[in-house]
This record gives sequence, structure tokens and C-alpha cells, in this order.
Amino acid sequence: MSWEIVVGIETHAQLATRSKIFSGAATAFGAAPNTQASAVDIALPGVLPVLNGAAVECAIRFGIAVGGTINRRSVFARKNYFYPDLPKGYQISQYELPVVAGGSISLAVGDLQKIVRLTRAHLEEDAGKSLHEDFHGMTGIDLNRAGTPLLEIVSEPELRGAAEAVAYARAMHALVRWIGICDGNMQEGSFRCDANVSVRRAGDAALGTRCEIKNLNSFRFMEQAIAYEARRQIEILEGGGRIEQETRLFDPERNETRSMRSKEEAHDYRYFPDPDLLPLVLNEQDIDRIRSQMPELPEAMRERFMRDYELPKEMAQAITSSRETAEDFEAFWGHLLKLTANCDRIQGAQAANWVMMQIGAALNKSGLTITQVPISPLDRATLVSRIIDGTISHRAAGEVLGAMWSGEGTADAIIERRGLQQISDAGAIEQLVADVLAANPKSVGEFRAGKDKALNALVGQVMKASRGKANPAQVNALLRRKLLG
Amino acid sequence: MPLSPDEIQRLARLARLAVSPEEGEAVRAQLNRVLNLIDEMRAVDTAGVEPMSHAVATAPGAGQRLRADAVTETDRHAEYQAVAPAVERGLYLVPKVIE
Repeated sequence: MSWEIVVGIETHAQLATRSKIFSGAATAFGAAPNTQASAVDIALPGVLPVLNGAAVECAIRFGIAVGGTINRRSVFARKNYFYPDLPKGYQISQYELPVVAGGSISLAVGDLQKIVRLTRAHLEEDAGKSLHEDFHGMTGIDLNRAGTPLLEIVSEPELRGAAEAVAYARAMHALVRWIGICDGNMQEGSFRCDANVSVRRAGDAALGTRCEIKNLNSFRFMEQAIAYEARRQIEILEGGGRIEQETRLFDPERNETRSMRSKEEAHDYRYFPDPDLLPLVLNEQDIDRIRSQMPELPEAMRERFMRDYELPKEMAQAITSSRETAEDFEAFWGHLLKLTANCDRIQGAQAANWVMMQIGAALNKSGLTITQVPISPLDRATLVSRIIDGTISHRAAGEVLGAMWSGEGTADAIIERRGLQQISDAGAIEQLVADVLAANPKSVGEFRAGKDKALNALVGQVMKASRGKANPAQVNALLRRKLLG
Repeated sequence: MPLSPDEIQRLARLARLAVSPEEGEAVRAQLNRVLNLIDEMRAVDTAGVEPMSHAVATAPGAGQRLRADAVTETDRHAEYQAVAPAVERGLYLVPKVIE
């Protein structure tokens, strides 16, 4: 009997604002404990929250990007629970009326595009941090993070298995960074996911009982945690047991999930509208202004690259994985089109792909990011144009790129200095071909007797005689003409 | 529906209040009177009336005021922590909590 794994993801994206959602305290990461926790954040009596307009704008940007409904009226609610890193005794969140409802995101699952629907996205504040190391048997509390603005994004349970869940999380991570609402730094906790996991018999319509795995702060852990949790549930069900709905934590050291809160303390947050905050009312002018400031979205850009630039899908996908990569590519491609006005598009795309693969490999090796590539888009385009116009071979281009990376100058200067030009002069190549044919009667005989492979040996001889500088395609054509003519 | 003694104890636990069984009976009687009042109000026909969660009208432009995204607070943790029961290395200390 086969099982279907069903996953829904809740993402907490920390919004890229300077100050907190309800106070004027800073949100910068890494400050000394409690130095960025104001009277509002530590919940001194008599304080009142005042909503940060930039956090609202981030939520609207997100709503536009996913094609969701931006509620013209949304309401902040108190989510009540007791924990020392939540000094008010409640978290200000949104419950019945979130700022964004619905919407969807498209993700690549293997060769297919899958549309995953979103349930909602709402604004809320983060809690502080508890440090459980030993402070004489006590717990230390740092409230710097308390009040940091979050957008909680909830997906429908439409993901099937760990790999799809990770593809979703990656797509969401790329999107929030693309539209500039979250820095996406997972080590610093700016982008965290909870996964709701259940399993059901293939073909069942009803969902199984779910468990929530909290605080998955890397894509690798998310994949491991969901795979483990699904296996655990399937084993219980196949052994005739029942799944208890509960919250679980992933332990990366043991690669397993374990129960976090007992059933007795089942969630009862007693939500109610926060009397300290009026409903958030949005007007059309503000939404239109934000809409007009939105960057082109990755999916639209991918389609444009495929349509206008005739790029293969995988390449368009890779380029639009982040806004920085996409902007870098557009600059590079613009220069390349100018430099090679009437070149074959396919040839152009292949050469561009080649240089991007080389740059990608160099970035991986050096640990740099795309914005730190030491070769400007124009210089890269010039190099590619020299491959396309036949000045240098692909092999020589690799050498030139390496030299450019280490700062030896422009492509043309390096080609000139190192003498890497291919010999394209027909007369010179013809002479080389004639010499090689005269010196290798055996291979010539074999080729004429129908052994096509003998040609390769002859091409090799000519290339060797040219010290690698002859254009192999040209040599090949010339040899064939001489031998068959 | 009147509250049962068990429900009173559960509510007390959620609110982190220590309510003895004797006190619980008094609290139960008071809360049940509040619920009776609510029941009376629920008898009023409110079909077509917008639920009101806030006492201020929320016509366009009349909702929550927004602030500009600027850091206006300075570090005052020394003052705040002067009245805290236990502090170490800038952290507030509380009785150990483990999930």
C-alpha cells in the first residue's frame, strides 16, 4: 500500500525595516542583549503600540507579488500565551482578518512548474530570545528581537513530500528577497519555516492527522525533518497506531523529530481583537503607488528571457534564481547583443551559458557572490564575442577568463599578450593541412577506404601543428574537402 | 451555558492564576452572571449589523495611524534593568524554562 505525504508550510519572513513593528527601537542584528528593547518591547505598563508604515508596505508588496487579495481592512489580534520571552503575555498578530488573503507561487519541481496556493499572509511581531545555558539554574532573556516585524506566510497543504516542500521554501525565499521585503538570512533567523506534515493512503480524499515541525532554519534540515517525520507517521499507522496532533522539534544531530509540547497544553490562544490598535485601513492610492514601484517578478522575467532572448528554460531558470543574478545577466546580455549584432542567437546563448557556468564555478570556489565578480558584465561580453567571432577557441577562452578573474586586464589585451588568436587565415591553414596530408599517407588511405575515424587523427595532427590555434571546425571542413575532392 | 468547575480550573490554568476550589466556586458564580448577560444580549436581533470590534469608525482614512520607519528609541536598558529582580550580562534572568 503506498502512502502520500502532505505538507503545508508556514514561513516567518523578517521584514527589512529599520525599526520595529510597534516601536521606534532598532532591528539591527547582533546588538548587545536588550540594548534594542524599548519600553514598548519590554511591555512596561502604560505603553501603546504604533504601527510601522514600512512593515505594512512590505505586506502589500508581497500581496501584489503573489496575486493575493490585499484586504482593505485588516485587524490586529492578541494571541495569548505565557512565555518569558513574550513580556506582554500576548503576541500582536492578525487572526480573522489578515492583510493578505490567497495568492499563489509557482515553483519548479523537476521539469514541471507547479502552482502552490497560499492561504494567507499576516503581519505580526516576533518574540524575544531565551538562552537556556546555565545562569545559576536560571534562563537568560534577550528582548532585542521582541517586536521585530514578521510576515507569516501560510501555504495550503498542497506540497507532496520533502522535495516539493523544499522547492516551495526556496521559491518563497527567492521571492521575498526579490521584492526586497526580507534579507533572507537564514543563519540570523530572518527566514524560518514550520512544516505541517501528515500522511494518507494514496487515493484518500481526507487529510491525515498532522504534526507541526517548528523552526526549520535550513533547506537541508527541512528536507531531512519532513522525510523523517513522514516515515515515523507511516510506521505508526502501519503498526495499527494513531497519530497524535502535536508540535515537534527537529534535532539535526540525531536526524529525528521529537515531541515538543504535551497534549495537555494544546494550543488555546484565546485570540481577540487588540483594543490598542485600530483596524488597518488601506486606500487605493497607496496600493497603486506600491504596485507601480514593484520590480519585474522572476516568473515574468524568466518568460521574457525565453521569449525575447530565446534562452533555454534551464538557463532562464538559473538566471532568475535571484534578482542580483538576473540584473547582472541583463547587463551582460545587453553588451553582448551590441558587440555581436548579427550573430546566431543559439550560438550566442551557448557562449553566454558557457561563461555563466565558468563564473558560477569560480564563485563556488571563491565563496564570492554574483555582485562581487571581479569581471564587469562588459568585459565578460567582450570575451564571449571573441568566441563567437572565432578569434579564440573555447579552450583559449577558459585561459583568458582565468586571467581576467585574477585582474590581468581585458579579454583583448590578454589574447594579444598571450598570442591566443586562432589561425583563421585560410592560406595558413591550407598550408598546414597540405603538410599533414603529405606526412600521413596511412590515415589518408584509411579515410578513403571508408574509415571515418581516420579523419579525427588528421584533425588532431593539424591542430598540433598549429599549436592549438587553428579553428577546429575550419580544419575539419578543409580536410574533408581535400580528401573527398 | 453555565461554566462547570472543570472549565473554571482550565481557564485559571490558561491565565496562570492559582484559584483554589473554594475561590473557584465564587469565580464561577460571577462569570456565569457575565455569561447570562451575554446571553441576554444575544437575544437581540443583529441581522445586518456590522460587528464592531473597535469604538472608532473605520471609514477609509479613519483606520490605524502609521509611523515612519525611523529609529527613535535609544538604549535605556540600564534604567529598565535597575528594577528587574535578576540581571546578568545584560540579560533578564527568570526561573528556568525548558520546553
